[in-house]
Amino acid sequence: MRHLKAYRKLNRTSSHRSLMLRNLVTSLFEHERVETTLMKAKEARRIAERMITLGKRGTLHARRQAASVLMKKSVVKKLFDEIAPKYEKRNGGYTRILRVGYRKGDGAPLAFLELVEEEIAVKKKKKKKETKKATAKSAPKKEKAAPEKKKEEAKEGPSEETVETKEEAKEEVQKEPSEKSEVEDSAPENAEPEETKPEE
Amino acid sequence: MPVPKRRTSKARRDKRRSHHAWKGVALSICPQCLEPKLPHHVCPHCGSYKGKEIVEVEEG
Repeated sequence: MRHLKAYRKLNRTSSHRSLMLRNLVTSLFEHERVETTLMKAKEARRIAERMITLGKRGTLHARRQAASVLMKKSVVKKLFDEIAPKYEKRNGGYTRILRVGYRKGDGAPLAFLELVEEEIAVKKKKKKKETKKATAKSAPKKEKAAPEKKKEEAKEGPSEETVETKEEAKEEVQKEPSEKSEVEDSAPENAEPEETKPEE
Repeated sequence: MPVPKRRTSKARRDKRRSHHAWKGVALSICPQCLEPKLPHHVCPHCGSYKGKEIVEVEEG
């Protein structure tokens, strides 16, 4: 029975956990996106969503309640004046969790916790390889993006695309397990149409 | 209390285990860069998820 298991304890005492999560949520509102472990992200989400609800309420009492959780006054101000108004029409689900892999060292699953609808500036450390890929790929995609339907694409998709894939991604393809080759043929078509848009 | 009458032979034991082999990690294909990636994860290769959500990628 999972009675009375309302939340995760995260291997911390109550005060330690509370402080950690408050810090995390404060950082989330400050930076709009934080990277943390998946479990912490899921716990911080609860608090973050509650804070935004307080922000939408906008009363002095709500502001004081938020101030009792958030660690910085400036963040309370930002929450009420900038963040909350954006979610006027959204009923919950203000945050998004994206899994980003596993931490080297302890293998902990990592995730981004971010505010929905925030256009987060992409840090472009090295753009070269990405742009190369983008141009190489977006060109052939356009032809196929035209017949929007997935089934149509499925017919012509595999032959052309897998050739490209294998050329461009040879190193990685060697590592990948053998079953993957079958998946490769079928999978790419599914999400293709969306793909061309961001590039252009 | 009921107990097994016979010790399980090596052959029976091993036959039972013939299906226990690890089948490998289930990977999916990133729609953006067509590289293998973990399902429901941001693509480590191109930093995209659901067609957008770009994270920067350092060259590895």
